[in-house]
Amino acid sequence: MTYKFEPTIIGFTCNWCSYRAADLAGTARIKYPPNVRLVRLMCSGRLDPTFVFKALASGADGVIITGCHPGECHYLEQNYKALRRFQLMRRTLVGLGLEPGRVKLIWASAAEGARFASEINIFVEEIRALGPLHWGVPDDEEPSTVHSPLSEMEVPA
Amino acid sequence: MSDKPKFAMYWAASCGGCEIAVLNTNEKILDVDANFDVVFWPVAMDAKYKDVEAMQDGSILLTLFNGGIRTDENEHIAKLLRQKSKILVAFGSCANEGCVPGLANLSDAREIVHTAFNTVSTDNPKQVYPMTSYDVPEGEICIPKILPTLKTLDQVVDVDYYMPGCPPESHQIAAVIDLVIQVLQGKAELPPKGSVIGAGNSTVCDECQRARNVKTITSFNRIFGQEIDPDLCLLEQGIPCNGVATRSGCNARCPTAGAQCIGCYGPAEGVVDYGARLVSAFASVIDAKEPDEIDRILDGIPDPAGQFYRFNLAGSLLRAGKSAWEKA
Ligand code: SF4
Ligand code: SF4
Ligand code: FES
Repeated sequence: MTYKFEPTIIGFTCNWCSYRAADLAGTARIKYPPNVRLVRLMCSGRLDPTFVFKALASGADGVIITGCHPGECHYLEQNYKALRRFQLMRRTLVGLGLEPGRVKLIWASAAEGARFASEINIFVEEIRALGPLHWGVPDDEEPSTVHSPLSEMEVPA
Repeated sequence: MSDKPKFAMYWAASCGGCEIAVLNTNEKILDVDANFDVVFWPVAMDAKYKDVEAMQDGSILLTLFNGGIRTDENEHIAKLLRQKSKILVAFGSCANEGCVPGLANLSDAREIVHTAFNTVSTDNPKQVYPMTSYDVPEGEICIPKILPTLKTLDQVVDVDYYMPGCPPESHQIAAVIDLVIQVLQGKAELPPKGSVIGAGNSTVCDECQRARNVKTITSFNRIFGQEIDPDLCLLEQGIPCNGVATRSGCNARCPTAGAQCIGCYGPAEGVVDYGARLVSAFASVIDAKEPDEIDRILDGIPDPAGQFYRFNLAGSLLRAGKSAWEKA
């Protein structure tokens, strides 16, 4: 039997729009893959980047964050704050070696059930293409004895 | 042998600054000598690991352990001192959260060795690399092996107290020495196990005297090359100051002196991930709504991983960059 990689994705949704969009997708029986575990927040502005770091450190292969369309946040401008946090968070994660495509931010209104489902579909396929992440700490039991030259490596002074 | 309580101090992967900070307590160091029998302190006295191994378990009352766990030797001594000590203190940023040596967790161990032994700045035409063990007629000679990543002390052994700072401020060290002596004399009690000692419970911003207004940042800049208002919050002037996420305890030394806080006292009380807290804080004060404009402003922080994890990478939720643990 060959092992088939099924991405584990954590989704953070805003209660007022995107969570309802997910709900709508459900009631309309629009299918989307079960890879996403949704966590409902009151607003995308509640998204503390800590949640994302925790998800990645605990085995998620990707994280998707959803909020109301610009101008439609129920707490005025919090989704703009979410956008700024997202952009800085992604830069930080890229600095730690993460592929930028493993974190994504989308806007979805309560009426966009079908779009929500299709965005999830797209993201699952994108993560599938990137492969498993399994953020880990290397095996502690094996100290590196390889002090061998890495001739192919250029390290600037 | 004196019957004074026993004291030890050890350095693992560190710079030696913590030791100097202890000596900087000036005459307080005499109190240490008067009240303790210093049994092991490689920087200050001659003692061998086998002397420590011969001690009874729990026979050292107080061990200040500075430095991160970078080699199997560091790890061995951490475990040994844990076994021999009643109170083990993670002393200084390296032992607490990895500090600057922990930034090496952005690279894998082979890359680190390669950088040390074979870059433009190292004259090594024959590509000589150290071997971790070598057979000679008298037997095998070993040097410590480098671990895949640097770990904090409490990722390796149980820690009783945490004393942050790079290095801990001397007045804070003196206060802790005083406290321990008072405990010995029955005049005070130790704080609950797991406490942070020798620091405040709030943030550097809280101790900072600079004036604060509403922050609306339209660009981040480095501290040189522009006029800095000496009385106004640095972050408000677009200088990425880490004070808001950093634990108090230093009397806001850097912003008082005109430089931004770079975070050497580690995460403030209740902060789970230091970098994540700063991402949140910096992003909140940016005055922009368009992705491109936000990107332009963020270009002012060219190395966010370094800005947010200079001291805290090994102790953060993600602990290391991907290339440090990814199987090549
Ligand atoms: S951000 Fe820096 S300068 Fe501003 S109040 Fe905080 S510590 Fe002081
Ligand atoms: S201001 Fe920040 S960097 Fe400076 S000593 Fe205090 S905690 Fe350390
Ligand atoms: S309420 Fe939906 S993003 Fe704020």
